[in-house]
Amino acid sequence: MHKAIWTAVLGAVALALMMAAASASTLSDVKKKGYVQCGVNTGLAGFAAPDDKGNWKGFDVDLCRAVAAAIFGDGNKVKFTPLGAKERFTALQSGEIDLLVRNTSWTETRDTELGLNFAGVNYYDGQGFMINAKKLPGVNSALQLSGASICVQTGTTTELNLADYFKSHHMQYNPVVFEKFVEANAAYDSGRCDVYTTDQSGLYAIRLTLKNPDDHVVLPEIISKEPLGPVVRQGDDQWFDLVKWTLNAMIISEELGITQSNVDQMKKSENPKIRRVLGQDPNSHYGRDLGIGEDWVVNIVKAVGNYGESFERNLGQGSPLKIKRGLNQLWSKGGILYAPPIR
Amino acid sequence: MASQQKGRASVFYDPKIRGIFFQAVLFFALAAFVWWIADNTIANLRRAHIASGFGFLNGRAGFDVSDALIPYSSDSTMARALLVGLLNTLLVAVTGIVTATIVGFLVGIGRLARNWLVRQICTIYIEIFRNIPPLLVIFFWYLGVLSVLPSPRNSIRLPFDMYLNSRGFYMPAPIWGEGAWLAGAGLLAGVLLAFIVARWARQRQMATGRRFPVLWASIALIVGLPLAAFALTGFPLSFDVPKASIFNLTGGIQVKPEFLSLYLALSFYTAAFIAEIVRAGILGVDKGQTEAAYSLGLTPGPTLRLVIVPQALRIIVPPLTSQYLNLTKNTSLAVAIGYADLVAIGGTILNQTGQAVEIVAIWMVVYLGISLAVSVLMNWFNARTALKDK
Repeated sequence: MHKAIWTAVLGAVALALMMAAASASTLSDVKKKGYVQCGVNTGLAGFAAPDDKGNWKGFDVDLCRAVAAAIFGDGNKVKFTPLGAKERFTALQSGEIDLLVRNTSWTETRDTELGLNFAGVNYYDGQGFMINAKKLPGVNSALQLSGASICVQTGTTTELNLADYFKSHHMQYNPVVFEKFVEANAAYDSGRCDVYTTDQSGLYAIRLTLKNPDDHVVLPEIISKEPLGPVVRQGDDQWFDLVKWTLNAMIISEELGITQSNVDQMKKSENPKIRRVLGQDPNSHYGRDLGIGEDWVVNIVKAVGNYGESFERNLGQGSPLKIKRGLNQLWSKGGILYAPPIR
Repeated sequence: MASQQKGRASVFYDPKIRGIFFQAVLFFALAAFVWWIADNTIANLRRAHIASGFGFLNGRAGFDVSDALIPYSSDSTMARALLVGLLNTLLVAVTGIVTATIVGFLVGIGRLARNWLVRQICTIYIEIFRNIPPLLVIFFWYLGVLSVLPSPRNSIRLPFDMYLNSRGFYMPAPIWGEGAWLAGAGLLAGVLLAFIVARWARQRQMATGRRFPVLWASIALIVGLPLAAFALTGFPLSFDVPKASIFNLTGGIQVKPEFLSLYLALSFYTAAFIAEIVRAGILGVDKGQTEAAYSLGLTPGPTLRLVIVPQALRIIVPPLTSQYLNLTKNTSLAVAIGYADLVAIGGTILNQTGQAVEIVAIWMVVYLGISLAVSVLMNWFNARTALKDK
């Protein structure tokens, strides 16, 4: 009798756990629950931060919304999970989130050992240093930083690049290591460190949040390649493709001049390239191949605009950050953004 | 037939056999459950293409740690980085336990003082620190006290070339010259002799009733011998004094604000609990014990030392163990202020390598190990102080 109860209990527990572990297709799971669960930064101006009404805004947030728009035709069908650098990969691996867009650098280890896939690059960045020019008037190069205390976020490629850079230049430094941007920001602002290091885009964003932004300068040296991009779990090619082509569609829309305001007129365009991308060609079935509707690009552009619009609104001239396009300009205009064609 | 039935029934209802049977069932069910969980985890990790195993510990760490007690660089292994973290955890735990005990005993006795003001101050201290979460106490020290100190260029200068600024507390580092080992040997000899003297004095008092000033003799031995050795070798000691450089003060010994705030916060937080335990312990000794001691002609000093405290310790030690364990486990709050303890460094490795299951397992085993070690030590001490029935 007792044994029978035990067997039943164990069986039930086993079944429940196995059901929780099984999830073959992210896309069908997302469609079933009706929204995309997207992991973003806990708060990095320009990339992902809630505004004063609690709406998430930013360049990374836009990519989350674009994926939601591609699936549901509505860029608001997305829930955000703010994540620190440390827990971001675990959250993705465990299935807590469907997609990670958290200014995350694409590296070999992350791509292979961590069981993840990077679905392209949405921002080409590089690591830099910021100092308080008022307190350290003589310093204008990173090579003068020997002996400095440096605030850095733990578990980032930044932390490793920093060690490599100082070692290769035979310089000393004191790392002061924090888990979250906000903690590191506060420590730097209070003078605990002389230097703040992270990706340059991040430095510009963080500078805005300091007490006296004008006192701080970003040093010219860029010490690493930081290709930031959206991340998905390995082993689900359909979902991987969907995220990859959402990003590509945003870049292609910019190439073709499709914008948030003209997308409806563009649908009537005679240009076969534009007709194909916007799902107006009756013989094309790009949406079906990705497992979504044929008007997916129309929905993406309506929700967040093309790549350039999203960039300027969140990071560029339309934002307080005023970051120049630089490398993140289309290949045809001097940058390195080059999306494979939709055809 | 009937007798056979009866025999079977008696075996089935034998409480001893039943007990063994159910324990065996429980054991196997538990073992199967653990095995199943482990198997499930491994299978899922493999399915998700996540590398597993402890091989990553031999890899190059690649990141720097600022407060390493042992030689460490970014070329060291991950295992060594974890060791650095473990030592930092132990450093905070040990210094915190010592300080919390001293402060706790003082405040606990202060709660029972005859002086009204002392009593009230101790009460306020306990009520404030006991009722604030330890994380906030840490933030109080880190953000409220230490980070508002001046920048390194405007350091507060203390006597003997000591400095205080937002980067921590700096003091001169002693540099021992030739022959300094003699002073160390003197110290060792002093401590050893003090023990022997104390033993001899106790035996003599038992035998003859005559007392010997053990305390003063010990102090003279422990301080005097190394000093004499030091003087003999001509004071072979110089100091490395902190000097201002472009960014920080360099040289000397630097105690970083991360360590200071964690150490101070945990010490003062835990001391509040220890104070209450000490008060309860002293109040737990019957008043008749004091009266009996007085009527035997003992003065208040020896009464406290020989009658009250030994009995109070019986009540104090078991809950004190819990407080020591709490303090040790609370050191993991270091993460919040960037002190490189075991959890912080483990977290960094976890993120660089993605070996979450392994790192969490290491964390749990290490904290379990430390806690069990503290428990064993305190249980041994408890057995010594416990009431012995004769």
